[in-house]
Amino acid sequence: MNIINILDEIEKVDGEIYERLNPRRAAMKSFFNVGKKISLAALPLALGSMFQKAYGQSNPANVTEVLNFALALEHLEYNFYNRALLSTGLIPAGAATGAITTIRAHELAHVNLLKSAITGAGGTPIALTEANFDFTAGNTFGDVFTNYGTFLKVATAFEDTGVRAYKGQAPVLKGMPVLTTALQIHSVEARHASHLRQMTAAFLNVPLKPWVGLGANGVSNDTGVPQVDPVYARENNTIQATYEITGINGTAVTRAAAAESFDEFLTGAEVKQIANLFLRAGSKLT
Amino acid sequence: MKNNELETKSELQEESLLKSTVGRRGFLQYAGASAAALALVAAGCRKDRNYTDPVAGVTLDFKDDFGVLNYAYALEQLEAAFYIQVANSNPSGFTAAQKAYFQDVQFHEIAHREFFKKALSTAAIGSLEVNFSAVDFTSGASVLATAKTFEDLGVAAYNGAGVRLKDTGFLVIAGQIVSVEARHAAYVRDQISNGTFADLGTLTAFGAVDANGLDGALTPDKVLPLAAPFIKTKINVINL
Repeated sequence: MNIINILDEIEKVDGEIYERLNPRRAAMKSFFNVGKKISLAALPLALGSMFQKAYGQSNPANVTEVLNFALALEHLEYNFYNRALLSTGLIPAGAATGAITTIRAHELAHVNLLKSAITGAGGTPIALTEANFDFTAGNTFGDVFTNYGTFLKVATAFEDTGVRAYKGQAPVLKGMPVLTTALQIHSVEARHASHLRQMTAAFLNVPLKPWVGLGANGVSNDTGVPQVDPVYARENNTIQATYEITGINGTAVTRAAAAESFDEFLTGAEVKQIANLFLRAGSKLT
Repeated sequence: MKNNELETKSELQEESLLKSTVGRRGFLQYAGASAAALALVAAGCRKDRNYTDPVAGVTLDFKDDFGVLNYAYALEQLEAAFYIQVANSNPSGFTAAQKAYFQDVQFHEIAHREFFKKALSTAAIGSLEVNFSAVDFTSGASVLATAKTFEDLGVAAYNGAGVRLKDTGFLVIAGQIVSVEARHAAYVRDQISNGTFADLGTLTAFGAVDANGLDGALTPDKVLPLAAPFIKTKINVINL
């Protein structure tokens, strides 16, 4: 067993390890003192606590920030569907109302779950109500609560944004139990997106697939709604981890299938830009 | 340090530590976990890592990200094989639109399978032999029911395995795939019964929590037995 060897190895990936362990550069000295005082059997535990002091188990500030970011999007979605369901005559009775009611229930459950997670982590949940939102996006979708087609277009854009937003934040949650929860929300949003795309395709009679496909002439936005172009940025990408998926390993995977088979992520900044189109002045995400 | 499990774990930690490719961020979280501390100590002990698998079949070694990726590769092999057979059959009652979308799904799964094969390169497990004797490919209902199981299970598998991934790039790729699987799952469910795209209450066996709006999430030890009836090749699991 060679403890020094471990620290040397760590120094290769973290040059500041000694400073982290002890900012006054007395790390090695204090470390050896620790070693003298405890038995060999107890050493792993002592070493464990030493590393925890140096790094911390995680970065709670970042995690809370990510959860609040997700909460803001869930607030947006919940209030959107809630207003739509309260708008008499907007959503046809039967299957359509049933589907939107199901989706609204999930978004509310996500709001409540994220709120309690943030509070539990010692953070303050972002408080947004319907009054903070402008679902017409400055009259871009002026008839969103009176025209069912417009409603479906905006709903589809919201769900596809949600899917891409969670994906983009996953790295911050890497290796933590909360990542699993976030992934469980993420795939529910994808299920919503799939269904809303089918609803949109049926009502507007457009060739929209349950999965995000190539747009006309290979553009990234397959919805034919140019106002939501930012939602679909890079969705026509066919290169994953440096590998071209079109025709990969000699298969018949077309460019369209290659683009469809992997959803792309959006950065936090990109998502905020999209969300802020629907947030009133003074409530915008920074 | 005679404990076998500890030694196995130490190999994993040793390899990760010695790889200069370990991202700094990943390393920070990694080094902070107290559970890892035991193995960190053991990292001081150099030892021989030669290992020959004497058991027939393939082995998923979950000691590192390659194990998780091979696990995903196995599931994608299963899904791709299923949809290829669907395309070669003529399920009763399938509409032209359904045939077209099932062909889309077929090529998505092939793309996923081939991506893992290429990314894993020499670390990839071999090809699996499947067993679809329980599926009636001439029956639309049988095909849809099997597709639903595969897609819902696939979603739960990716959701449950994501937390094991240490490499940020692989984590994002897994996220890019799982949402497509979830889109498939919703589509297939709607073909069986419109509006059931996200009936989380029917997915509790896969780890879904309807009251919290959460989809399924299962660890590999729960997923593999559910997939086993469809796979002839023996799948060995170590270091899970």
